[in-house]
Amino acid sequence: MKPDDLDLIRRRQKGRAIVMGLLLGGLVVLIFAITLSKIRLEMHG
Amino acid sequence: MDTAAPLLPPADWRDFLALTKPRVMTLVVFTGLCGMLAAPVHVDPVLGFTAILCIALGAGAAGALNQWYEADLDAAMRRTQKRPLPDGRMDRQAALHFGVGLAAFSVILMGLAVNLVAAAILTVSILFYVLIYTVWLKRRTPQNIVIGGAAGAFPPLIGWAAATGDVAWLPFLLFALVFLWTPPHFWALALFVKTDYAAAGVPMLPVVAGERATRRQIGLYTAYMSVVAIAPWPLGLTGWIYGVASIALTAAFAVLALLVAIRTQRTDDPMRQEKRLFSYSILYLFVLFGALVADRWVLP
Repeated sequence: MKPDDLDLIRRRQKGRAIVMGLLLGGLVVLIFAITLSKIRLEMHG
Repeated sequence: MDTAAPLLPPADWRDFLALTKPRVMTLVVFTGLCGMLAAPVHVDPVLGFTAILCIALGAGAAGALNQWYEADLDAAMRRTQKRPLPDGRMDRQAALHFGVGLAAFSVILMGLAVNLVAAAILTVSILFYVLIYTVWLKRRTPQNIVIGGAAGAFPPLIGWAAATGDVAWLPFLLFALVFLWTPPHFWALALFVKTDYAAAGVPMLPVVAGERATRRQIGLYTAYMSVVAIAPWPLGLTGWIYGVASIALTAAFAVLALLVAIRTQRTDDPMRQEKRLFSYSILYLFVLFGALVADRWVLP
């Protein structure tokens, strides 16, 4: 494996890790918001 | 002896995004959103957003599985050979795992957060696109687009079901509208990219039945579609905004389709009428669904 290949792999891994982190963060926020909406709908029928 | 395939570097996240066919997803999300906004109920904004997200993810999953299965076809067509799989930028197994995972996630989220009816229709739409259209019909019959078009017709039905937990006549007509709109839309495209489909061995109607039969079928399906597009107004399911818009937009569609239906292709034909019909068909669906929402929200 050439140093250029290793550099490409590291760059892609970093990009995927950042995107995955952002998606998981977004999912946490979404699940929290869904929970609040469900509670509100239960309370107000 | 080492017979393993050469190892690819991990795919870029943009390649995963490309697998979901973002441009196709735009129309799917829009028709799903319109189906939801046309429903006569108040939709909680968070749950509404979640439903549209699930529709988008489900469509993305179906697109990814379609590209996983059709990598060999995509490699044979100029229009698709730069996609991540035929271009060798991604491992096939990664595409399969991504597609299955995204499909399961979208359906589970829809079922838990929105309702089971919407989740069930979303499941059927994904399975229909992947199994009925991609695996079964596309390589076997020139009617692939007709029956496969049903897969793209589900979003307004899912959007309505997400809002109401039920289905009714209007979303069924919207389903029928997109279903009948698909053949003239795709066959107009197939007429001017015919050589590409022929090279890949896909039995698209122009390749199998010829150009004249395709033009006749475009005219026929446009006639069916016109009836379904206008029907909601006289049936009392929509108001005059949709009624007037549907008549005007459908009349223009019918004229463009008629011009394509009666044409005879010449040598080195630039196919302007076919390209115009294809472009207009996309605009048609956007504006017609927009009119449906305007009708529900503007009129008392």
